[in-house]
Amino acid sequence: MLRRYSVHLILPSLGGLLVYSAYEELLGLYTLSVLMFMGVNIILSSSLNLVNGYMGEFSCGHAGFMCVGAYVSSLLGVWLFAKDRVFGAPFLDPDYAIYAFPFIILIGGIAAAIAGLLVAIPSYKTRGDYLAIITIAANYIIISSIENIGSIGGSRGFMGMKRVIGSMEDIADLPWMPIWVFIFTVGTIWVLRRYVSSTFGKGVSAICQDEVAAEIMSVNTNKMKTISFMLSSGLAGIGGGLFAYIIGYVNPGSFTILKSTEVLVMVYLGGMGSLSGSVLSAILFTFLLELLRPLGIFKWVIIPLMLVIMMQFRPEGIMGKRELGDIFPRLKRFYRFK
Amino acid sequence: MLESFLQNLINALQWGSFYALIALGYTLVYGVLTLINFAHGDIFMVGAYIAFFAASFALTTLGLSGWAALALTIPITMILTAMVGVTLERIAYRPLRRKGANRLYVVITALMCGLILEHSNLAILGASRKAFPTLIDLKIYHIGGVTITNLNIAVILVTSLVFIMLHKIVTKTRVGMAMRAISYDKFAVPLMGIPLDNIIVITFILGSGLAGLAGLMFAMSYPVLEPYMGALIGWKAFIAAVVGGIGDIRGAFLGGFLLGAVEIMVVAFFPSTLRDLIAFTVLLVILTLRPTGLFGIAKTTKI
Repeated sequence: MLRRYSVHLILPSLGGLLVYSAYEELLGLYTLSVLMFMGVNIILSSSLNLVNGYMGEFSCGHAGFMCVGAYVSSLLGVWLFAKDRVFGAPFLDPDYAIYAFPFIILIGGIAAAIAGLLVAIPSYKTRGDYLAIITIAANYIIISSIENIGSIGGSRGFMGMKRVIGSMEDIADLPWMPIWVFIFTVGTIWVLRRYVSSTFGKGVSAICQDEVAAEIMSVNTNKMKTISFMLSSGLAGIGGGLFAYIIGYVNPGSFTILKSTEVLVMVYLGGMGSLSGSVLSAILFTFLLELLRPLGIFKWVIIPLMLVIMMQFRPEGIMGKRELGDIFPRLKRFYRFK
Repeated sequence: MLESFLQNLINALQWGSFYALIALGYTLVYGVLTLINFAHGDIFMVGAYIAFFAASFALTTLGLSGWAALALTIPITMILTAMVGVTLERIAYRPLRRKGANRLYVVITALMCGLILEHSNLAILGASRKAFPTLIDLKIYHIGGVTITNLNIAVILVTSLVFIMLHKIVTKTRVGMAMRAISYDKFAVPLMGIPLDNIIVITFILGSGLAGLAGLMFAMSYPVLEPYMGALIGWKAFIAAVVGGIGDIRGAFLGGFLLGAVEIMVVAFFPSTLRDLIAFTVLLVILTLRPTGLFGIAKTTKI
């Protein structure tokens, strides 16, 4: 009984607690925004883990796909539901924003998944280090093309998303952003968990072990790679969309290779091929960033230094390739998350 | 038309020289260790800063004339930058290599070392940009509508000389033979009595020294230094090395000039903001069509 329903009980109560405390303003805006960034970071690190951990490729352009998702969902949201200097009057009645918001974020994710083809198609022939370059190039191409579209602000950025959130809060006065960040974070982990434990997931780990051998064993490697890259970048797009709506402002400068490196750090801190590791390290990393904030720029000396030291003594990350249930087998009696 | 083409060609050769010099460092280390030394761009940045301090020291404290200061700055920069590279290898890469760690962990370490160099520079020296002192007076020659400076010529000549020297070292000397041997088989080479670690240190000295030289010449040509200058140029030089086929010295040299030419030509005929976009798109197309780069050889793998 407990094993079957514990996750179903814990997650809604955790979410409910979060939403309640946000509604009653128990947490304060700063803590709340840190919690929301934690959610976004969980989405980013676990989705990158699909490519870098489970599939064994070295993708370092994750922020580019995040950028596509962020821009598409913010442009769409502002065009439909907010009065803006670029688009003029809202296209639809702002009252509908409350229903359309998840779809806007999802469409951003789909757009990012299509951008993921930029990496997926070259990956049929190109491998290893060369593929790593392609992901870097994809990141630069995306950033640079958005900088060159002057009508949506170019490198100055784009804003107006707060008004969409505002019109959602006019209809029902709930903390909408924490709610959606929580739902999408749990959804992302659920989708990834389902994906890696399905037959597709077995194919993906076969590619990680040996790509040629996998192909001989009748794994359709091209299909696997396309789906995995698109899923990973699509989820990154969802993360990016949420990121844009939390801040209320996007500019291409916040999705550069430095952001990609940040996500990479989270993946390797947690352990490749471990979803619970990714979640744990995303939480830890966000927390650490906030903790070290008083140090200013020294923060960015200390965090890489910690990672260098970790690579020397525990290169497989916090969790290694194992999940939470593998480390504490007794926990398995109390939960089941599929 | 011809004049503007020639002018752009000279600019492209100069701009490509920096990419080529840095790409040579990437490709040397990769050829020997199959390690992408992502910290290399930042070693270039450190080189530029070392050159800045050495040049200021020689000019103001010692009160030397421009040429004497330059003669002093070149060896100091190259030696100190080489030491930075060797230190990185000793502290970060060698322990991992000894443990036989996965290649990926070394790459992450390299990436993080780059970040450390960048941000410790930012933390110690502050975000303000440094202006590089003028060492030698700029002479401008007009040859039939095309303007060339003495710095242009020097940069292109030095890069070509360095390439020829490096090519000779790798193909003709015993050290070069050992380097090539290590890239073939890392396990059999120590059994043949070749000191693996020494050869790797020499590789890092060569690569980082070249990065220091590139940093000095870059600072002389574009005399504004900032801590992030190495990041973008480093990534682009890496791309140049890959386009040429990483691990091959000729490839790095040609790839650097190719990338420089593409960028300069884009700026000449399109708005300059499109530079990165078109340069990276060209790269993407080249790698999709020729997955191992221009000079790279596809390796056969046994299962």
